[in-house]
Amino acid sequence: MQKLVSFVIDFWSYAFKGGPKYYSWLLFLSVFILVGLYTTYLQLTEGLILIGATDQITWELYISNFIFTAHVAAAAVLVVIPAYMYKRKDMKDLAVLGEIIALGFVTTGMVLVVYHVGRPDRLWHMIPSLGYFNFPNSMLTFDVVVLTVYMILNLIAAYYLFYKRYVGEPLNKIFYTPLIYVAVAWGPLIHIITAAVLSSNARMHAWSTAVLPFAFLSMAGASGPAVIIIIFLIIRKYTKLQIADSVIDLLSQIILWSLGILMLVFAAEFFTALYPSTEHAASLKYSMFGHNGLNAYVPWFWSIMILIAGSFIALLNPKIRKSYDRFLPAVCAVIFLVILLEKPYFLVFPAFSPSPLGEYTVYYPTFVEVSNVLFCWAYGFLVLTLTLKGAIGILTGEVTYTNRVPVSKEAAYAISP
Amino acid sequence: MSDETKERETGDVDEARRDLLKHMGIASMAGAVALTAGSADAEAAVFQEWFQSHYELMSEEEKQECIERLETRYTEEYGKKTTVSNAPALKDVLFGYALDIQKCIGCRTCVHACVKENNQTRYDPEIQWIKVLKMEKGNFSFSEEKLDKGYPETDRLGNFGIQVGGNAYSPVGVSGETERYYEPEKVPEKDSFYFPVQCQQCEKPPCVKACPVRATFREPNGVVVIDYNWCIGCRMCQLACPYEARRFNWGEPNLPPEDMNPKTHYYGNRPRMMGVMEKCTFCLQRTREGRAPACLEACPVGARKFGNLLDPESDVRKILATKKVFRFKEDLNTYPKFFYFMG
Repeated sequence: MQKLVSFVIDFWSYAFKGGPKYYSWLLFLSVFILVGLYTTYLQLTEGLILIGATDQITWELYISNFIFTAHVAAAAVLVVIPAYMYKRKDMKDLAVLGEIIALGFVTTGMVLVVYHVGRPDRLWHMIPSLGYFNFPNSMLTFDVVVLTVYMILNLIAAYYLFYKRYVGEPLNKIFYTPLIYVAVAWGPLIHIITAAVLSSNARMHAWSTAVLPFAFLSMAGASGPAVIIIIFLIIRKYTKLQIADSVIDLLSQIILWSLGILMLVFAAEFFTALYPSTEHAASLKYSMFGHNGLNAYVPWFWSIMILIAGSFIALLNPKIRKSYDRFLPAVCAVIFLVILLEKPYFLVFPAFSPSPLGEYTVYYPTFVEVSNVLFCWAYGFLVLTLTLKGAIGILTGEVTYTNRVPVSKEAAYAISP
Repeated sequence: MSDETKERETGDVDEARRDLLKHMGIASMAGAVALTAGSADAEAAVFQEWFQSHYELMSEEEKQECIERLETRYTEEYGKKTTVSNAPALKDVLFGYALDIQKCIGCRTCVHACVKENNQTRYDPEIQWIKVLKMEKGNFSFSEEKLDKGYPETDRLGNFGIQVGGNAYSPVGVSGETERYYEPEKVPEKDSFYFPVQCQQCEKPPCVKACPVRATFREPNGVVVIDYNWCIGCRMCQLACPYEARRFNWGEPNLPPEDMNPKTHYYGNRPRMMGVMEKCTFCLQRTREGRAPACLEACPVGARKFGNLLDPESDVRKILATKKVFRFKEDLNTYPKFFYFMG
């Protein structure tokens, strides 16, 4: 028990230690959290009327961002798989960072979903024995189950490893290995289910397509490693944790071919919609060309498509993939932003036009909404930063139980003579 | 469904739920509930309401308590004696609605009668459960000049090679676009058809399937209802509905006391709160008493018919037997009990 207490203390005190750059990053995130707390208060008191959603476009930036966080959370298994299934030595230690990233993004996503709900105070209605959990009819209940389980799996997997490393004991393989394998299988599952929440709606012609899970998984394969590469490059620049070039190379290959598959998925979807060009293609046409002059999403559509293809072509070039301090992070940042912005401006908002009764609408996000989204992101990055920092302390061997012992020995000497 | 009945039969489940609720962290939740604060009593009522179970899962006493609590709160809030009925579904009745699109003149009297009857929010914005779509009839734009036009342009196959004729993309009849924000001086406008849409009370409602907490369900008379106190506001039902029938209370409803209809039903027109879904219930508070829905009573041209689908002598059944009847968006297999016909 004493070991556990000192683990918690040492882990988190290391997490809060850092240089001026580290503190200014934490401070930067705190600004969004402070502003976000106020706008959250506004939304809770005055309701969702403060955001841009309407009866025509009922899904807003929260859900759009949630889908993106699910991308990254699911893709974090791409760091775990090479380590455990392909036994790559260079990634053995990094696998747990993947779990931390999954954890950070899945919790951010769950917070975003709470913002989406009109009565967050009534969420207890979903707790099976207290309320009524409409399982297995409602797809949303599946999503709640898979997200919660994924969060718990990663929470246990990561902190169990940290604790064992901290006290210097070997891992119990009979417990740990199955846990990791289940977590790895669960990653894609959260994404397939999230796609099913969308594609289960027959009225949403743009979503009611069998390629949606494939689109989501390939976007996850692109945006997730893009985030992870940026995080890894920062870690190896500013901390003592060693991350080999071979790891970055593997991740950039994964991004490259995920983008390749994504383009194929888009092509298949566009072809199937546009060749017969029935009413089912109306949303897509609205995105591509606008409707009677209402063309707010047209620039978004074409920029997103061009940037996805452009990133693919750029990454085909080995020089760019190997440019760890310049071009690779830049391309990764572009992929991150494109897939993030693709969510509201191609996947979600235009899909609601035409409405079931034929209405075309444009979505206008409000300040409260944007601020709340930034709050969720800042919260997510804050948790992620602190946990990663603590994790690095453990992985580099700076934070261990034995490091703490000399201190207590001194104290013991002080008393004994 | 079987789970639900099972739980209802075994009283100890309900017992356990109540006990658990009592022991939950009351203080931590208080903040969220107190947001809709009024006077001390109303606040206490809202607080107790927050702990209440799904209405269908309540015991008889709990139901009675719940109804009394609501009546007291509404009476105080709106300053007039309000009744909240919990009249049960009628025996051997399946409600159906039929609308004569040939007669409808697009006057929207039904829309406003509905708002008046069902206690919707009145401003910022006003919620309306019925939408009337206007469609141009007889519009056509075939032209002689386009006979040999089209795609691809004439090639070595001559005019026989055209895949897409020059007269494609010309709307014909009422197949053109619809408009729901029309504001003419007089209705009906020349060459216009009107197509009112409200909740179709599907026998296989996609909205019910999508609800994660079963706050919305089909009651025995075939009407899809919502427990406004159980809805968590996730809007999955709104996303699933192919008829745009569901309306969300994005903000706190604005219902002036003088406009409030004090004769209400738990699943029907009782005033709603912020963050919950609402929709047409075929005026449950009226129809369970054998009265006609407000929209039907208001219709000046008699385009609307309502009745029991199980009774061969009812208006609706006679219409189904003798008129040209269709269901809206039949391809979606939702099996609406709202029928359109041509008189």
